[in-house]
Amino acid sequence: MKILVCISNVPDTTTKITFTDNNTQFNTAGVQFILNPYDEIALARAIELTDDGNGSVTVINVGEVSTEPTIRKALAIGATDAVRINAHAHDAWFTAFQIAEYIKANPFDLILTGRESIDYNGSKVAGMLGELLDIPSVSVIKKLNLDGNVATVEREIEGGKEVLTIPLPFVAGCAEGVAEPKIPNMRGIMSARTKPLVVVEAVAVETLSEVISFETPAPRGQVTLIPSTDPAKLVELLHTEAKVI
Amino acid sequence: MPVLIYTENADGKFKKSTFEAVSYARAIANQNNTSLTAISIGDVEAQELAHLGKYGADKVLNVSGAKLKNFVNQAYASVIADAAKKESADIVVLSNSFSGRGLAPRIAVKLQAGIVDGAVSLPDQSNGKFLVKKTAFSGKAFAVVELTSVNKVISLTPNAYKIVEANTAATIEDFNAETKESDFKAMIKEIVRSTDKVSLPDADIVVSGGRGLKGPENWAMVEELADLLGAALACSKPVSDAGWRPHSEHVGQTGIAVSPNLYIAIGISGAIQHLAGVSSSKVIVVINKDADAPFFKVADYGIIGDAFEVVPKLISAIKEYKASA
Ligand SMILES: Cc1cc2nc3c(=O)[nH]c(=O)nc-3n(C[C@H](O)[C@H](O)[C@H](O)COP(=O)(O)OP(=O)(O)OC[C@H]3O[C@@H](n4cnc5c(N)ncnc54)[C@H](O)[C@@H]3O)c2cc1C
Ligand SMILES: Nc1ncnc2c1ncn2[C@@H]1O[C@H](COP(=O)(O)O)[C@@H](O)[C@H]1O
Repeated sequence: MKILVCISNVPDTTTKITFTDNNTQFNTAGVQFILNPYDEIALARAIELTDDGNGSVTVINVGEVSTEPTIRKALAIGATDAVRINAHAHDAWFTAFQIAEYIKANPFDLILTGRESIDYNGSKVAGMLGELLDIPSVSVIKKLNLDGNVATVEREIEGGKEVLTIPLPFVAGCAEGVAEPKIPNMRGIMSARTKPLVVVEAVAVETLSEVISFETPAPRGQVTLIPSTDPAKLVELLHTEAKVI
Repeated sequence: MPVLIYTENADGKFKKSTFEAVSYARAIANQNNTSLTAISIGDVEAQELAHLGKYGADKVLNVSGAKLKNFVNQAYASVIADAAKKESADIVVLSNSFSGRGLAPRIAVKLQAGIVDGAVSLPDQSNGKFLVKKTAFSGKAFAVVELTSVNKVISLTPNAYKIVEANTAATIEDFNAETKESDFKAMIKEIVRSTDKVSLPDADIVVSGGRGLKGPENWAMVEELADLLGAALACSKPVSDAGWRPHSEHVGQTGIAVSPNLYIAIGISGAIQHLAGVSSSKVIVVINKDADAPFFKVADYGIIGDAFEVVPKLISAIKEYKASA
């Protein structure tokens, strides 16, 4: 069982998001980068699925050398080895294309991603990989179990869930419920330094989209406080002033 | 070249987010002086299909048949891309629903299209460019994305665009789409839908509870409030982590991002990760016993008080309001 987990390097969830250069660049000054929280879930499940010793978990990242601490973190958590495709991850299309090329040369039984990266929130890489490799893909899964070469997955739908069976290989975007993230232990951290991290050069690909600028949401006005003894006032304001009920 | 809109249904009925996406696609068609073709897949009756005209579809391609009755990501993507090619549509629009998230990237690859996921406004084509604003950093910011490709795929964030009635009389045609055998590898075993509840991503009003509610046994009053308002339920991450509520109700940076007209937060402190997923709500009401809770800084209306006293009073007040309305 060879599993590939796609990992992205994203700003820590407590980051205050600001921009520079006339709102065209994300301000990385003082920002701590972490392993995307959903990718931690995917990684944890991959490790569980290979717990019996019959298999391996490779993590792959499209990124510059600055992402290596995050890759080492994934190795410390328990990945077997790692691949870094040496390029700035221009967009989901560029990223998925690079990963698909790697998989074509190095096949895997199962490919896991996070449901989305918390920076650009695309939920795109999993579906693009599926299409590029002509295999099934399922976005936003809450459960993943394997029985031989067939997986049973539970996917989120509005107001419910759907249970699917899918033969290997396929791509799935993991969300909460699939596994509990794992915290690296001392042995993991020590061994992460010596685990293989292969650097591969990127292939050229046409770009289809470009981020032009950023905006921050308009600040909200002052809060109107209502005495706790008078919720009827709130109902009135929601009706007459805010017009939402 | 018409605009193509994929109209998602649930059990044969179109959803509000679908009509939002149709209205949005109609506006894009108008920008480009072209027509709007809708494609529907599954078991949808003619009468329901005709509704698509009301929001601006000129033509509806109807794909039915047992094989495609239920959503199969790969096959649906093939059908939609095939329709785009046959109709020579260069812009494909769909809703950024859970299914939409599975479809959009596959369609984009098939059409070699650039993609904007989670669009929140109409394209700006004023300078000969094609710019679309989308949410980024889990709702903490927006990004303006330029699509430089000939073909384009846009998925629209639910609740980001108002439904507009256009009253076009749509013609309905059966459409025979090309799929491959290998499109049907994934098989649905079971669909579980809680039909009595409002679904969270589409809801106009969301009532959300946090750790301040102390335990799952105290959710009855939250549910009563939600039912009265026709609202969907949500919660903070620790609440779903503790198993008080299902993960599907967890909102925030690592949960579902929502943008309802009204978001009512009860016993939630307003941590930055929570705010990320809810701050684009139009109106925010916060009920918290701590006057210094950060949530009050982004609230429109606030009540400083004990939820166990305030919420029952609020419920009575809404009942009275409803009785008098
Ligand atoms: C990587 C990461 C991702 C995260 N993602 C998310 C996310 O997506 N969504 C999310 O919600 N959180 C997320 N969090 C967690 C977040 O940081 C906060 O811990 C969480 O939002 C706090 O939940 P809470 O407000 O329910 O609980 P608390 O912070 O414990 O707040 C409880 C509040 O209830 C109030 N209260 C107590 N008793 C009463 C009463 N009787 N009446 C009225 N008010 C009362 C208190 O004053 C307090 O403000 C994430 C954290 C990390 C590290
Ligand atoms: N630069 C990257 N390198 C490797 N995997 C990535 C990268 N960016 C995104 N991914 C994977 O794709 C998932 C979805 O990302 P996105 O489509 O950007 O929301 C993430 O959770 C990762 O698993």
